[in-house]
Amino acid sequence: MTETIIIKDRNIDLLRLASEISGEVITLCEQCGICTTSCPMAEDMDITPASIMRYTQLGDEFVLETRAIWYCASCFSCTVRCPRGIDLAKVAEALRQIKLRKNQDYLKIDELKEEAEELPAIALVSAMRKYTG
Amino acid sequence: MDIELVEIPKWNCCGAVSSLTADDVMHHVAPIRNLIRVIEMNEEGLVNDEKRLIVFCSMCFNVLRRSNKRVKEDPKFLETINSFMDEERDYDGSVKVMHFLEILRDIGFYKVKERVKKPLKGLKVSAYYGCTLLRPRGVGIDDPEAPSIMEKFIESLGAEVVDNPYKSLCCGSYHTVGGNKELVAERAYKIINAARERGADLIITSCPLCAFNLDNRQELTKKIHPDFEHMPVLYFTQLMALAMGMESETGFDGNYIDPRPLLRERGFLEG
Repeated sequence: MTETIIIKDRNIDLLRLASEISGEVITLCEQCGICTTSCPMAEDMDITPASIMRYTQLGDEFVLETRAIWYCASCFSCTVRCPRGIDLAKVAEALRQIKLRKNQDYLKIDELKEEAEELPAIALVSAMRKYTG
Repeated sequence: MDIELVEIPKWNCCGAVSSLTADDVMHHVAPIRNLIRVIEMNEEGLVNDEKRLIVFCSMCFNVLRRSNKRVKEDPKFLETINSFMDEERDYDGSVKVMHFLEILRDIGFYKVKERVKKPLKGLKVSAYYGCTLLRPRGVGIDDPEAPSIMEKFIESLGAEVVDNPYKSLCCGSYHTVGGNKELVAERAYKIINAARERGADLIITSCPLCAFNLDNRQELTKKIHPDFEHMPVLYFTQLMALAMGMESETGFDGNYIDPRPLLRERGFLEG
């Protein structure tokens, strides 16, 4: 069955924006799936890392609402294995940044109060940097 | 070891994670400022013609080396960074960021072995590398797919190496904050069990966040998996202090899973 996907102009903007922020050539991805097999978080993600790439190529803003872009922990397992040389960690960071730059934080700092006292500084600083804008 | 470490007088937090976006300059200012301090230390005579910055934390190491690499590869980017330095001199790219394990490798692990007072004979140790010590390629200190530097370190202390297929599987990092802690606890389960199945007594790591996740998060792991058995997780320098006979420097009070009962039982600790 052939499915026709119509990409609207505003969707092309997502690909352009993600490419600009990441500095990566996202269209190079040929969907081999090595990123997914290398990803330690893939089993808990709602869509796979390869799907993140595909949705981004198509400019589908659905990708911005996935859990997967936040579950990526920037471990660079996919980055060292991508046969097309794409730094996927940078692409995921770009997608998170698109949300964070609109003040759509992933973590509510207010809810952390008690927990924060038990956490080491390295955990708090890195989480703030990754989850908040 | 014939190394004298001199602390940077006015160091600042590097930011813990490297900024991965092409258009973000601001988050590279803090790491580069630390590198400028190293040059200042030379100018002030605190060190003599020494541009190596030794880092212990894997995450700090990664951030500092990545920012350093980026400014060296991109002079325009360096110029922009320097325009943010109001009180400091400009950075010139001359500092070399090194992890402490790299220094030990350069000196030679046989030299580490010479300093060992109490070889950890019979202690089975599994290395946990995590992410930021190895990846990405060109930043990490060893082969990202088949690292061996920590194993050489373990051997130099007289302990027995236990391999772990998950030694560079991400522990979940900063997901330990907020609502996704289970991601970390599950990975701790996987990593620690793999080490145990191969006979390990304990795990060592060079990343303070990995150490927290693999050690402190065992409480949650045990809640999710009642069959889970605890295992001590040591910062690599704790094992080094033990082998070099510096028991008072081991800092085992800070470990969530106390390694002392095990170490006493094996005769590596007295009392």
